Amino acid sequence: MRSVKQTAPYTATQNACNLCAPLGAALVFKGIANALPLLHGSQGCSTYIRRYMISHFKEPLDIACSNFGEDTAIFGGGANLKLALDNIRRQYHPELIGIATTCLSETIGDDVPMFIQAYKAAFQNACRDEQLPALVHVATPSYQGTHMEGFHGAVRALIQTLAGREAAEGPPAMNLFPGMVSPADLRHLKEIVIDFGLEATVVPDYSDTLNGPLWTEYQRIPEGGTPVNALRRAGAGVASLECGLLLAAEKETAGTWLATQFDVPLHRQGLPIGISQSDRLFDTLAAVSGKAIPQKYTDQRGRLLDALVDGHKHLSGVRVAIFGEEDLVAGLAAFCGELGIFPVLCATGGGRGRFADTVRKVMPDYCRDQMQILEDVDFVTIEKKLAEMDGEVDLLIGHSKGYTMSRRLGKPLIRVGFPVHDRVDGSRLLHLGYRGAQQLFDRIANTLIQVKQERNEIGYTYF
Amino acid sequence: MSAIPILEARKAQIHQKGAEPFDITCGKHSLAGSVSQRACVFCGSRVVLYPIADALHLIHGPIGCAAYTWDIRGALSSGPQLHRLSFSTDLREKDVIFGGEKKLAAALDELIDAYRPKAAFVYSTCIVGIIGDDVAAVCRKLAQDKGIPVLPVHSEGFKGTKKDGYKAACDALFRLVGTGSTEGISPLSINILGEFNIGGEAWMIRKYYEEMGIQVVSIMTGDGRVDDVARSHGASLNVVQCSGALTFMADMMKETYGIPYIRASYFGIDDMAKALYDVAAHFSTQPTVMETTRRIVRREVSAIMPELYRLKGDLSGKRAAIYVGGAFKAFSLIKALRYLGMAVVLVGSQTGSKADYATLQEMCNAGTVILDDANPLELSKYIIEKRADLFIGGVKERPIAFKMGIGFCDHNHERKIPLAGFEGMLHFAREVHASVTSPVWQFAPARKLAGHREEEFRA
Ligand code: SF4
Ligand code: SF4
Repeated sequence: MRSVKQTAPYTATQNACNLCAPLGAALVFKGIANALPLLHGSQGCSTYIRRYMISHFKEPLDIACSNFGEDTAIFGGGANLKLALDNIRRQYHPELIGIATTCLSETIGDDVPMFIQAYKAAFQNACRDEQLPALVHVATPSYQGTHMEGFHGAVRALIQTLAGREAAEGPPAMNLFPGMVSPADLRHLKEIVIDFGLEATVVPDYSDTLNGPLWTEYQRIPEGGTPVNALRRAGAGVASLECGLLLAAEKETAGTWLATQFDVPLHRQGLPIGISQSDRLFDTLAAVSGKAIPQKYTDQRGRLLDALVDGHKHLSGVRVAIFGEEDLVAGLAAFCGELGIFPVLCATGGGRGRFADTVRKVMPDYCRDQMQILEDVDFVTIEKKLAEMDGEVDLLIGHSKGYTMSRRLGKPLIRVGFPVHDRVDGSRLLHLGYRGAQQLFDRIANTLIQVKQERNEIGYTYF
Repeated sequence: MSAIPILEARKAQIHQKGAEPFDITCGKHSLAGSVSQRACVFCGSRVVLYPIADALHLIHGPIGCAAYTWDIRGALSSGPQLHRLSFSTDLREKDVIFGGEKKLAAALDELIDAYRPKAAFVYSTCIVGIIGDDVAAVCRKLAQDKGIPVLPVHSEGFKGTKKDGYKAACDALFRLVGTGSTEGISPLSINILGEFNIGGEAWMIRKYYEEMGIQVVSIMTGDGRVDDVARSHGASLNVVQCSGALTFMADMMKETYGIPYIRASYFGIDDMAKALYDVAAHFSTQPTVMETTRRIVRREVSAIMPELYRLKGDLSGKRAAIYVGGAFKAFSLIKALRYLGMAVVLVGSQTGSKADYATLQEMCNAGTVILDDANPLELSKYIIEKRADLFIGGVKERPIAFKMGIGFCDHNHERKIPLAGFEGMLHFAREVHASVTSPVWQFAPARKLAGHREEEFRA
């Protein structure tokens, strides 16, 4: 939890390098089929969060709100929550409503689980023919955690609330908790798992809901997402895979819950970014499915390694600063280590107090001890550090909010993760697997070549 | 598309022209569970004060409210860029329990020393209203220590609507008014209120007025400076744009300093010209002013007309839907669209008043849908039903238009292109043209379907 870790002495946060918890939760609920996120609190949070996510995904993004007013803040949000649930049911007919709290409802001490109980009881008494949507609640006070805590919290809440052992039809299903990755990453992961002959229950799966085609008719809730039924039988999964090195150190996650309650074997690893973490993914899937790694992926890996060799000189000794979500930064840092790029600075706005150790562990010896690793920091702090290291950084890797910093420092920025507000392809960026590694490698190498080319007086057309 | 149900409690906030008598409910708190396009009180305050570039804007609360408003507006500054940074006290769990006053004081102390601002605004967000911090006391103390105005903005998100946020911002800003010297201010002088210098709009407008021989004492708040606001009470007239944001300020300045105000809009040719003529008329004791104004208008209009006509050729007969924050902007847009030969089939706002909606209803053709505080479902229902070719709105409306294969023009504070002034009218026309005439819509399934339906209907 961030509150524990904040370093003394206190300083104001300037240009935060993290977002607030309900954003992560809303993103997860957007990845469940026929579901609607509901933020329990006042209007501004949900509108700001929508706007922020729309700028990245460029898709309609409905997030309802229980719209606190002054009375609500005094008397509690029970009545508002009930009204909100009624209205959402009537207007959206969802199969699931994901309720995330905001700082306001948490501060006034709303007992949301109790409200939900009461709502369910009242519904049953009325005995309608209609079915009540699944109601999943996650507590997301932002003064306790960033959007990443909100994200993982919502995944855990979905599983804890819904997972059971209802018999699964079709091929054996595997539960996959990929972390906060792009729609393109989700699509790629699903493809991989299916190619192993497994069915994938990916939680969350916003690959279609937040990166879909044009519509013929307006869709109240965009098509796609993890089916609620698949969540209900997650307890019957043949295995679970949880991605993220920091997540892997958490004691209570969706994966651990399935392991303790339903004996679903849990595999944990970092985000499959780069070669060794991707290898791990494929080895795990091979073990779980009992099948050899499909030729398609062996080929992808082969081509990736070939490209790495062809281009290694462009990358060798290049110094990079990486910032963003803790697990993404850890994954990227490890990949840089494989490329001969030296991550001189790794920074995150979150970190949960374990960021530095986690990153160090995945780095090769030659850079481990000379890295600056910053956690729970903002952009002003990061930029200051980089300015102090004057001339020691060639390249930045992170999300769009690092652009002003990259501009001032005159260092190119490779955009990854969330948010990508200043390019068109945030949803389509691929980070995972051999193909993701290939894309990252290509972008990094091309950027470095471009810099060389532009600085070169002669203007060579070959490099 | 009638499959999209409209919530019973929302029906009074939707009106279709022709369905008499005219009655629309507005000014309501958004309905729980409805996906409102509105924000909160804090958002209103932030919109108003954001462009003041030499002030520190510190957001007191947990991180989100500050993170989501970091550098999100196209309000330009000719000098300092302090407004483009995001400052937060970033309250954590123990602050929620023990209070955040200490952190607030420490943050102000640190930031004022680091950035040397001319003033500081401290925005209270939702939980500050609950944990009971005495923000005003902290501000008073820091103002004393640092020798600059430190102004609390009572913008707790849940305590009203965006409009209350405008008011809270005006209250804070008003405390600066009257603190500066009015030396050197001409009797022919104005303040421009409610103009935020998106993409440099305020600079264009200022240029027109100055050419007319009118001194612009301050712009609130576009390219704003604390010292200008401090001496703004020396101006002879306030020119207030838009229905909501700075009207509170104009009222207070009228009451306290006896400064009269007139309303203006700078969007579209008619309204822009009117904004200049009205000011000229106010200073009619100086006959040269009106003459110069006529010359400016003639010059500017003839400069843009040829291209405007060319663009109109492609746009004539197309249909537009408008959904904006304030109703005043909608009035101007309807008029501006007429210059392009376009008809308005839907118009709505987040914060319009009853009188605003009555005006809209008068301006529109029969069958036009009028909406207050609409949600995405309603907006999508009507843009399809009314077969709009263009949607004018903000970032949150854009994907709705695009999914349904409809062109889009961004018309809120996040845009970067100046749409005000005569020149702005041309930018506006180009923006509309670039989207509406794009060949991509031919591939949009919803448009194709709507086309088939109409053909079937005709046959
Ligand atoms: S916490 Fe309150 S002030 Fe902040 S964005 Fe949410 S509603 Fe607005
Ligand atoms: S109040 Fe909390 S939940 Fe709302 S925007 Fe601020 S940090 Fe996020």
